[in-house]
Amino acid sequence: MQAQPIISIQNLSKTFHTKTSEVHALRNINLDILPGQIFGIIGMSGAGKSTLVRCMNFLEKPTVGTVLFDGVDLGAMNAQALNEARRSMGMIFQQFNLLMQRTALQNICFPMEIAGVKKEDAIARAKELLEIVDLADRADAYPSQLSGGQKQRVAIARALATNPKVLLCDEATSALDPKTTRSILTLLRDINRRLGITVIIITHEMSVIEEICTHVAIIADSQIAESGTVQEIFTRPKTAAAQKLVFHRAGEVQRNVGSNALRIVFDGTASSEPVIAGMVLEFKAPVNIMFADTRDIDGKAFGQMVLQMPEDPTVAEKMKYYLTTRGLTVEEVQFNV
Amino acid sequence: MFDAATWIMLGEGLLDTIYMTLASTAMAYLLGLPLGLLLVITEKDSILPLPVFNRVLGVIINLLRSIPFLILLVWVMPVTRAIVGTTIGSSATVVPLVIAAAPFIARMVESSIKEVDPGVIEAAQSMGATNAQIVWKVLLPEAKPSLIVGAAISVTTILGYSAMAGFVGGGGLGDIAIRFGYYRYEDEIMLITVIILVLLVQVMQEVGMRIASSSDRRKN
Ligand SMILES: Nc1ncnc2c1ncn2[C@@H]1O[C@H](COP(=O)(O)OP(=O)(O)OP(=O)(O)O)[C@@H](O)[C@H]1O
Ligand SMILES: [Mg+2]
Repeated sequence: MQAQPIISIQNLSKTFHTKTSEVHALRNINLDILPGQIFGIIGMSGAGKSTLVRCMNFLEKPTVGTVLFDGVDLGAMNAQALNEARRSMGMIFQQFNLLMQRTALQNICFPMEIAGVKKEDAIARAKELLEIVDLADRADAYPSQLSGGQKQRVAIARALATNPKVLLCDEATSALDPKTTRSILTLLRDINRRLGITVIIITHEMSVIEEICTHVAIIADSQIAESGTVQEIFTRPKTAAAQKLVFHRAGEVQRNVGSNALRIVFDGTASSEPVIAGMVLEFKAPVNIMFADTRDIDGKAFGQMVLQMPEDPTVAEKMKYYLTTRGLTVEEVQFNV
Repeated sequence: MFDAATWIMLGEGLLDTIYMTLASTAMAYLLGLPLGLLLVITEKDSILPLPVFNRVLGVIINLLRSIPFLILLVWVMPVTRAIVGTTIGSSATVVPLVIAAAPFIARMVESSIKEVDPGVIEAAQSMGATNAQIVWKVLLPEAKPSLIVGAAISVTTILGYSAMAGFVGGGGLGDIAIRFGYYRYEDEIMLITVIILVLLVQVMQEVGMRIASSSDRRKN
């Protein structure tokens, strides 16, 4: 039996009415997020990602449909109950949204003040959280004195202050450089593992999904195109929207790829170099690596490669068989990008 | 240059002016601050959207602001008499000053509060803050430096108005400048009152800006 979803979105649509037109930001969204997942939501700009995450804590009221948080309908709650529920859902933002006139410590105390926590208790907890985000020495710094990454750490600590079950992250790393992004993502994974908090990550970057997510939903044109485990989506993207995201880096080689090209997906059962090297040695025929993008995800080798196979069809066929027997997903390249 | 009596008169005028200015500013803020807050939070996309109320309030504030101060002084005389018992002197001047300054202050407050990043308000909402908590713990503290700058501008503007009230027997330095300098051609008294007023504006503005910038954590 499956656990009860921590967030369940059912038949949700959101329409914005502007003076001149109607914008269908979300259409018929269904999504279940289970406790403990790191759930990525990815899509192009304007796809509706922010609107979707804002519906999860009712910062945005859905036009149609329901949002269940821990089994309870947010739409049926009165203002007070909704505020209580929101305390169980921390949120962080692209622009950090810290209070500029408060120190790091005071920022972290803020949600506890709102919840009516005693001042001494709040300060003690805030200090604890500063330790978790590795900023104990900057407790008295104001946001203007902190770097982007440090600000996001303070924001994360603040979001954790009320012991939430869920952490909503809307483009939390989009304003950060790659190195800082990685450290923030590592922190989010730590929080997920150590505190058991479900993390929901909105992003437009596939690399963020690859880096830490367990599950992913692809949102395109206001709808969920596809959702599942990162592994599933990454190895076998079914919809055009998913393929576009997964292959976005491979897209550049498609013009040069001949008819006899293969796409090989590494899904963690093998590592890339030894297999290719072994194959070349075994068949004594060179292959041309047109494109390679493999990396370590969650402790496993993961990624894809596009190989230009030898002219000889029998050798090519044998090679394909060789790769398949090594547990790799292999397919003729058909870019519908 | 002047005899002792004149200096005493000038000193009393200065105290009267300071009294009128500070008392009016304080009372005008009592009205203007909540009105300015209301102007912001009842806007369409804000935390307490009341579009019709917002429009009506905006129009009333604009109407009050467009009445020239001297005309307002005369118009509110019955009100002043009802409240203070007289229309002459510094206490009487406080009434029109408050009525003239409150809408001005409401607009100053509005523009300060609007500087608060909507993202921060959204963050507070995501933490389950009530509207009252957003006002007290987010809007006012985050806008504080800008509100203080606004207060410095307001207080100096009110000082200028208070001098104008001298034309209708309002008391203070303005009154002295009119009575002696203007009606009796005592240029020196006129000059000295103007100098005192200029210094007063300088001091108030400077003090306000210093407090504002030393309380602002956005830059340091
Ligand atoms: N308050 C609003 N009023 C009108 N239209 C809106 C509003 N908020 C969002 N939209 C529209 O809804 C659509 C989805 O917006 P949303 O912000 O959810 O996109 P997004 O996927 O988060 O994009 P980005 O990656 O650029 O942040 C867009 O077309 C946007 O213009
Ligand atoms: Mg967005």
